[in-house]
Parts: sequence; C-alpha cells; structure tokens
Amino acid sequence: MSTETIVDSAAADSERTRPTPVLEVTDLTVTFRGFNNNPDVKAVRGVSYAVHRGEVLGIVGESGSGKSVSSMAAMGLLPDHAEITGSVRLHGEELLGKSDREMARKRGKVISMVFQDPLSGLTPVYTVGDQLAEAVMVHNPKGGKAKARARAVELLELVGIPNPAERYRSFPHEFSGGMRQRVMIAMAMANDPDVIICDEPTTALDVTIQAQILDLLRTAQRETGAAIVMITHDLGVVAGFVDRLLVMYAGRPVEIGSVDEIYYSSRMPYTMGLLGAVPRMDLEDQGALVPIKGNPPSLSALPPGCPFAPRCPLAQPECDDSEPDLLPVGSAVRTEDGRTRVRDDGEQRVACIRSGEIDANRWTAQDIYPVPEIPEAEAASARREDLPEVLRVRDLIKHHPLMKGSVFKRRVGTVYAVDGIDFDIREGETLALVGESGCGKSSTLMEVMGLEKPERGSIEVMGREVGSLSRSERFSLRRDMQIVFQDPMSSLDPRMTVFDIIAEPLRTHRVGAQAVTERVYELLRLVGLNTEHATRFPAEFSGGQRQRIGIARALALEPKLLVLDEPVSALDVSIQAGVVNLLEELQAKLGLAYLFVAHDLSVVRHIADRVAVMYLGKVVEIGATKAIYEHPSHPYTQALLSAIPVPDPERERSRTHIVLEGDLPSPANPPSGCSFRTRCQKFITLQESDQEQCMSAEPRILPTNGDDQASACHFAERQAGLV
Amino acid sequence: MTTVTETTQDVPASPPAPNRIKDLARQLIATRRVIVGIVILVLLTLFALLGPVISPWNVGERDYTALLQGISPDHWFGTNRTGLDIFTQTTAGLQKSLLIGLLVALISTVVAALVGAFAGYFGGFTDRALTWIADLALVLPSFVILAILSRHFVGNGGWLILVVLLAAFSWMVTSKMVRGLTISLREREYIHAARFMGVPPYKIIFRHILPNMSSLLIADATIMVSTAIIGETALSYFGLGVQSPDVSLGVVIADGASFATTAPWVFIFPTALLVLLVLGVNMIGDGLRDALDPTAKSRRS
Repeated sequence: MSTETIVDSAAADSERTRPTPVLEVTDLTVTFRGFNNNPDVKAVRGVSYAVHRGEVLGIVGESGSGKSVSSMAAMGLLPDHAEITGSVRLHGEELLGKSDREMARKRGKVISMVFQDPLSGLTPVYTVGDQLAEAVMVHNPKGGKAKARARAVELLELVGIPNPAERYRSFPHEFSGGMRQRVMIAMAMANDPDVIICDEPTTALDVTIQAQILDLLRTAQRETGAAIVMITHDLGVVAGFVDRLLVMYAGRPVEIGSVDEIYYSSRMPYTMGLLGAVPRMDLEDQGALVPIKGNPPSLSALPPGCPFAPRCPLAQPECDDSEPDLLPVGSAVRTEDGRTRVRDDGEQRVACIRSGEIDANRWTAQDIYPVPEIPEAEAASARREDLPEVLRVRDLIKHHPLMKGSVFKRRVGTVYAVDGIDFDIREGETLALVGESGCGKSSTLMEVMGLEKPERGSIEVMGREVGSLSRSERFSLRRDMQIVFQDPMSSLDPRMTVFDIIAEPLRTHRVGAQAVTERVYELLRLVGLNTEHATRFPAEFSGGQRQRIGIARALALEPKLLVLDEPVSALDVSIQAGVVNLLEELQAKLGLAYLFVAHDLSVVRHIADRVAVMYLGKVVEIGATKAIYEHPSHPYTQALLSAIPVPDPERERSRTHIVLEGDLPSPANPPSGCSFRTRCQKFITLQESDQEQCMSAEPRILPTNGDDQASACHFAERQAGLV
Repeated sequence: MTTVTETTQDVPASPPAPNRIKDLARQLIATRRVIVGIVILVLLTLFALLGPVISPWNVGERDYTALLQGISPDHWFGTNRTGLDIFTQTTAGLQKSLLIGLLVALISTVVAALVGAFAGYFGGFTDRALTWIADLALVLPSFVILAILSRHFVGNGGWLILVVLLAAFSWMVTSKMVRGLTISLREREYIHAARFMGVPPYKIIFRHILPNMSSLLIADATIMVSTAIIGETALSYFGLGVQSPDVSLGVVIADGASFATTAPWVFIFPTALLVLLVLGVNMIGDGLRDALDPTAKSRRS
C-alpha cells in the first residue's frame, strides 16, 4: 500500500484531544509470498488500532482471521519471507523496519507477549526461576545475578506461585499448565512493559484455571499500568475484561468500538452473527443458535467485494463491488480519492455499507439471520420415569495401575480415573458429563463404549447388562450406540473417501450393497452435505463439515444412543452453532438419546436436559439442567459456573467470580475424605469439627431438593444467582 | 449452515457408489511417472527374456579369441577377462535379478507390515512373541545360515529358496518401524470409531492401519528391490548366492567392478541396467504413493 497521508480530518482532530497512544498500529498488512506457483496469502489486510496506557483492547475473530499474525508483526516475530507494510508505532517510535537486534531491546522491556501454549513457551532444560531471572537480566545486565534472582522470586510470588523461593528451582514439567501460564505472565511483566500482548492466554486451560489467569492478568495490569492487547476467539472472555473491541474477519477489521457498543449495538452483520451464535449460559430458553452459513474465505483467493458477502444475510449486489472501509456507523461516503485511510480514534467504526440501515432499523441477529425452527421432541411431554432407560451406569470403576520396573513390573500406585459413578439416560434425553480435564469424563466414555465387563459396577445398555453378553450379542448391541469424537481431524480415516467412511458401519453390520449406497446418500443429505461430497477425502473439508461427516457415520446404523465426546469444542463459534443446531434437530426428529461430554458449560446449558458434574473420577452433582444452573448445591459446581465468563459486558461486570485455589489434585493421589476439600471455597469457612468430617468421611451423593437434583457434599446448600 | 432437508421431500435418485479401486487404477494410469516406470520394467523384462535367445553366444560360453575386448560386431557389449560375452551374461543375469529383486522386496515388505502391524495393534503377548522373533532374526548370523544352505540353491528352483532366505533376513527393521507407527495410529479416533462399530481387529489393520502407512511401505519396498539385488551380489562374491550355471546381474557387476576404469564396458552395461531397473521401480512406487495419498493430491491440484 502507498504511504499517502491521512485523509480523514475528523480523525486527526480528535487525535489532538487524546493523549498519544502507547501502541498505534496503522494500516498494517502482512503478506506471505507463495512459493512454487502457490498464490500469496494475504493474512492481514489493513489493520489499524491504538491502545492507550491502562487500556485493554480485545481482538476477536475466528481461526484464520489474522488476529495473531497482526500482533506477531507488531512484535517483529514474523519470519523474513513475510512482507509487512503500514506502520506500528510504540510511543510514537516506528517499529517496522527495525533490525532484529533493535527489536530485541524492545521486546520484553517495553512490549511483551503471553502466548497460548504455556508448554512450549518455557525451555524444558532450565529451571523456571533461572528463565525468569534471565528475562530480568537481559534488559538490565548491570543489576547483577543476585538481584535478578530476588526479582524472579518476587515475580513468582506476585503471580501466585506458592513457596516461590522453593519453586524457583523447579523445572517447567513440574508445573501444571495453569502454573506455567503464570510463569509466562510473570516473564511478560518482569520489566514493567508498557504493552502486553496476550495471544489466547487461556484457551488451553480449564475454566477454573482460566478464571485464575484472567484475575492475574488484571493484577498484572494494575501493577504495571500497561496497555493490554487481548487476542481471543472467546466472546465471553473479552466481555468482562476489555475496554474496547476489534472484530476481525478474513484479515481485516470489520468493526471496532467500545465493548458495550459492540455487544449491545453491533452494526456489522458478521459481529451480530457471531454474538448470536454463542450459546448463553445465563439464558434459559435461548432457542436455536444463529448459524452463519458457509465458511470463511481462503486468504489466498479473496473475492473482490466484501469478504463476508457470500455468508451475509443482508448481502446486496453492491456488496460485491468493492471492499467496504471501516467507517463510522452510517457513513458510506467515500473521500475524493476513493480510499480512506482509517485511523483508530476511539469511535465505533463498521465496515459495512448497510450499517446505517442496520442502525436505523435497530436490527438484531435474530432479525437478519434465518434461524432454523427446531421441532419439539415428543418425548419432552412424557414423564421421565415412564421412559425406557437407554443407558444405566451403576458404581462404575476404572483404575489404571501405575507400573514401575522393566523386567519385574510391580504396581506402585493406582490412577483412580473413574471411581464409582452412577447415572442413567432415558430415551430421547441428553445427559451432559461436565468437568475439567482429568476428571474422568473420557475414561467413562471409553468404558461405556468398550462394552466390556467393568472392573466393578455395571453398565446396562437398552436394559442389557454388558458383562453378561456373548460376542455376537455385543456386536449387535453396537448398532444401538455410536460415538462422535472431538477432533474432526483425527476421527476420520484420511485415506478413505467420505462414502467409504459413512458406509463402514453399514458394511460391518452386513447391510446389502444397494441399501448401503442409498443410506449413505440419505445420511449425507440429513447432515446437510451434498451428494457430490461422497467421492472426496476428509482433508478437503472444513472442520464443521468433517464433524457432520462424523455425525453421519454415527447415525448410519440408526442408533438409539449417541455418545458425543466434545463434538463442538474444536470448532469456531459460527460453525459450532450450525453443528449444535443439527444435533438438536436430529434428536427431535429421530428420538436419539445423547451422552454429551463437554467442558464448555454454555453449550451444555443449551443442549442438555440433565447434567452430571464430575470431579476426580466421581460425580459430585447431578440433576436437571435448569436446577443445576439456577441452584447449584455443590461448591464445585458453584465455582465452575461462576468461573465461566458470560458474553454480556454489563452482566459480567456485576458478577463476582468464585476463584478456586490451586490445580486439580493428581488422580493417582486423591485427598482423603471429600476429594474436593483441598480447593473448596466452603471448606475454609467451616468450623473445625465440620472440617474434620470433610477430611475423614467421603460424602455420598444425596438428593438436595425434592426433584432429582443430588449432590455429594456434607454441607450442600442450594445457591442462586451464580450465572 | 444448511438445515436438515425434509425427509418427505422427494429424494433424487442416488448416484452409484464410488468404486475406490477403479478410481485408483484411473489415477495411476493418468500419472506419467507410473507409465514411464511400467514401460521401463516391461522393456527390461523383454530384454532379459529375449537377450539370451538372440545372442549368438550361450550363457557361460567362452570366446578364448577375444579376452577383455571392447564392443565389436561379435560381442555387442564386449567380453570380460575370461572371454565371456557381456551381453549374454548381462541379459541372463537380469532375468534372475528381476525375479530376486521384485520377489524379495514384495515378500519382505509384506512380512514386515503384517508382523509389525499385528504386534503393534494387539500388544501384550502377541507383541512380545513377534518382537522376540524379529529380534532373533536380527541376531542370527544370516551369512552362516546362507552358507550352510547354499548347496540347495543349485539347480532348478534353487533360486526360489535363495529368495525366501533373503526375504527372511531383511524384514525385521521395517517391521519395527511399522510396529512403532501402529502403536501411535492405534490411538487415533478413527480406529476407536471402527472398534466401537464392531469392526474386527484384523479388518481394522487391513482397512485403516496399513493403508495409512502405505507411504512407508512403498518406500521400503522400492529400496528393498535394489538392496536385494546388491545383497545377492555380496553372497555371490563368496559363491553363496546364485550358483552357476545360473548367473545374476550381481555376479556380473561384481566380476566387472575391478575393471571399471580399465575396461569400462565390463562394468557399465550391467550397472546401467541395474540403475534402470531401480529407477523404474521407484517411479511406480512414487506414483502409487501419491495415488494412495489423498493429501498429496489436493496439494498438487
């Protein structure tokens, strides 16, 4: 792009009245040149934003929208073959074009970064403390080693690492994911930087840990007074955390404004769709989610017009003419040279030629997007007790032995992966198993799907005890239960065509060739794919489409129970909405029962009839979704629900989060008595005699209200108003 | 995203099921490399079969009037130190080498794939037993065993025993690679999915595990062709390989190696044929690998 001066005089005016931003990015573009006749990838196309001291700017967008690349460009971390134009100013000083050596002096001192993956951010061969001390020393070599060490211990304490002086000598692998991320944040704030860029800092973490880290980032900002750029795809995280928000799509900002403006009066169809697609934990009957049709465009072959036009419900022929600029709401006027240089001056700006119309009509996502009607299931009217049981799990146990020694193996311990759980699923019902990673959700699924005799307890499928089944009975029972996996990349054999993938269960169960062909095409239509997709390979599909193929395969044998292992957690929000709607529709139509495993409690609220909350291999609370979300009685459920950010800025600001201490204990060495007592927020408030009870006696799961809500806590108390 | 179509809506006639094998064959034929490779192999085979027939000399026949002579109308490829006609020797040798190379590669790769995949997939006792056999085969002194059995290689069908023995001593390393890959593939979700729909284990191995390591297996088989030919040469050097009056390309190359600089024709012709043979096999293998790998295709288009 050319280096013409700023045309927008209004922007220049307001510029004088505001202090200079700490970090100002103007018209940044990043292009990755294609080799071997591959087309160029235009990853970022004209991003402008400004962050002031003490301000938090959020950048949201789906995967591939260029949000990470733009911040990497600002840090000077992109490889040499990336072509970067535009300007990045730090305190008015141009950063683009600086040599790596010059940038190294800035990085970590004036501008620092927190990455998504805390595992690869730390060197495994040095102690955590030494790495922190090094970060201090690099920018302050005269300070001396002893001082840097003292500062490192101080920083570790600041980010909430217990026993910082001792933990200084720990290696990264001895830390949990949450603690590693704390160390990364400590490193980022080591030299009191003016800007901290956080690239999806909580995406890899569990919700209770996410709450801790967000808390910590707030502390870090208070301590250093730094400006924070928060990059995320999670609209809940940004709602309560940021002041201003930039929405990106296909490498371009499509909307910028204060958080309230974006959430309550978005004027860009994409943002509106995105907000409508998020399942809400705080709303009871949300209705169908707003799905955005299609997929994001390829960044190497963009259409000439608005990149969102092919997916936009408001698209007009004019939208394909040229790409709209980021302008104040309603102003579709262009300057005389036809190109407006956009500068971020704090005002809400939208890149849509119909923004004025949207503003005037006060349209919301529900108004402009066609929301599918989801038929009401028949089963919903019948009483739960009258419906037949599809799955019943009684006192199920799965213990993995921990072995040591190579020649003479001996058992040195046991991992209590699943430690005595009970639940049942009735016809046409959805039970969600929720909990943090390592709580035994997936082990439970594998036990159920394995159809083998469990170590202890029993599994009954369609009223038949699996331990007593013969080989052929077990084989025919498999028709009735199928599974959909989390990762649409690895759940489909890359070497098979879609046709063969969907046909596999049919052929395995000896369905005739003609019937197989008909059924496969019927299934493809049922999950919303085209028949010509049948000859393609999984690699040619997007994540959402692959998940649909997985669902089609699972439905092939007309099962009565579908086990869903985090089926939407790997998908982008707009795609996720489509898959969630599909699942709800299939359930209503085919009368399926779902066993739904998830860690995303918002999706669970949307889809589940009943919820079972797991902690360290045990169910701590179970009951109807409404009862659990509105009146959770177990302290862990309460903490879990309170930890989840709600995509509603005002509500989020007024909520108080219960932040749990520490990490999940190792399932190989669970605490005595109640396994949650080590992190329990209620335990601390109890009297000593009551604490004694928590420490010695394991609580049994008992009903807490007249209905079927039950919880495993000695001091269960139903509490409202947490979401 | 699209909503579920109504089932009441009249269903368009389903297109027929796609045929994977037909697709694959079409794909292979459309690849130029495969065609070139096949042509090379066919020509070599014809050459090997026709060579001794059209040559005026017999295999093993010596022309004492022309020792170590260059190319002439009498001896199209020249003669070696003992007056053997290189053309006759080379083409006759090519016959055996083609058979030995291709068969050993095929057998050893198949054995490696089966042993590795079964050991890796089942684990436990199967794994320990099969790994033990592989380890045993690795430590056995193959040379000594071949030496003891070498007298059986003489005569009709003797070379077949040699093929089996060569294959028996060359599958172990690959099988260990296959086993490692299988162990990591076994935890993939599509394998779990297949298990949960009731697909029996042996079918999972043939349908999901082996196709997903076909790149490795094809690469291994193509390398094995040349390794087997060269390996047979080493044996022949000690008189343990193909026994006279049979002759192999390896024998001819080993004989000529010391004259490579002084009388190049003794060495160049058989070596060129070996290179051509390996090249042809590689081209077919390459094409097959790409045809089987859907990701390679979408990258190319």
